[in-house]
Amino acid sequence: MSHVSRGFHGRRRAAPEGRVPPGQYVTEDFPVLSAGPTPHTPLSNWTFSIQGGSEPKSWTWDEFRALPTEDITTDIHCVTRWSKLDTMWQGVSVDTLLDLVEHDAAYALAFSDGGYTTNLPVEDLTGGRAWVAFNYDGDSLPAEHGGPARLLVPHLYFWKSAKWVRGLRLMDTDEPGFWETYGYHMYGDPWREQRYAGD
Amino acid sequence: MAGTAVRGRLTWQDATVGVVKDETPEVRTISLDVPQWEGHRAGQHLDVRLTADDGYRAERSYSIASAPGEQVAITVERLPDGEVSPYLTEELRPGDDLELRGPIGGWFVWEPADGGPLLLLAGGSGIVPLRAILRYRERTGSTVPVRLLYSSRSWPDVIYRDELEQPAAGVEVIHTLTRLQPPGWTGYARRVDAQMLAEVVWPEDQAPLAYVCGPTSFVETVATGLVGLGYPAQRVKTERFGATGGTR
Repeated sequence: MSHVSRGFHGRRRAAPEGRVPPGQYVTEDFPVLSAGPTPHTPLSNWTFSIQGGSEPKSWTWDEFRALPTEDITTDIHCVTRWSKLDTMWQGVSVDTLLDLVEHDAAYALAFSDGGYTTNLPVEDLTGGRAWVAFNYDGDSLPAEHGGPARLLVPHLYFWKSAKWVRGLRLMDTDEPGFWETYGYHMYGDPWREQRYAGD
Repeated sequence: MAGTAVRGRLTWQDATVGVVKDETPEVRTISLDVPQWEGHRAGQHLDVRLTADDGYRAERSYSIASAPGEQVAITVERLPDGEVSPYLTEELRPGDDLELRGPIGGWFVWEPADGGPLLLLAGGSGIVPLRAILRYRERTGSTVPVRLLYSSRSWPDVIYRDELEQPAAGVEVIHTLTRLQPPGWTGYARRVDAQMLAEVVWPEDQAPLAYVCGPTSFVETVATGLVGLGYPAQRVKTERFGATGGTR
């Protein structure tokens, strides 16, 4: 070990084996991190749309909520180093949405109220690994946590789980979203500690 | 969205602790000699990594407290349940080595060319990146008018108190003390609310640029309040720290 911090012993917190990625610590809180004011879009104005397929597809809130839903219990990992275990969500699988769109895109840009975007490979949005979540812990998702609906892609750092998500733009090539433009990693795998570009 | 400087890989660098200054009983500013530092922008943060003698590591992010061009400094608040902040505020001494990497973040930053007037809103240690902006403004000779509304629990909890008591020309500092006020205090004595914002902020028709940093509840109130006063959401930049609950 090349670099020992004099007098630092750490407070290793008990965490289940294999659940907490390197450099993360477990929190019981649910911290909030966003770059701007929390948007409050009325459900009557809310749509979820998928652009970039053979033809555009869009759901109103009622149409979206009529889709089959799934209950998800999962661990989430924020790039600011907190992880939260066994969080409980309800949402619509992105598979369900993309199955209704003809496309051969390899990447997607999630876009949100307030202008936030984040990029993901379509492969990571499909195969039962991503949802558009509208309930958290048995209740409607609070606005500061991304309600009425946020993307939930728990196997990537949580900035990829775009709050206030309003749709996906399908793309042939990868394009950086908001934080990715500011030096954060294009992919963001917490188990490989892909926090910043080049990690 | 200006300032999209994507750098190469952020590598860990060795730093040496210089002067440390206790700002309040719970908050310490740590100056750092970082020979390989390539500079930063006002409002950015850096990551600190601590390593125990058995190889165990802990990392945290801290806002950079100094202006671009000044010696790198961070200001750290000791969190009662913290792992890294008690070490940085209680154990770390001048001459100690510290590993860090940065700068990080390019959204919550200000450059003189961004203009203003500037509205800075801080809750508790949320003042840190805003102090970097204030110092940078002064350093660059910018004359952009600034109003800072700073919410603290009490007067002894005010970070950078001496500096804020002697603001540069064109900078107005307005305090609110939410829990305890000194005898004779005539300033605000409550949490920031919509009415206080309406009294303090630049009118939106002056095209102000707002930077809000503090605990989640503070940022939610302020950012929502500013939008309610007509500030376009894209001119309200926020930075939040929520993990500690933060009642201010």
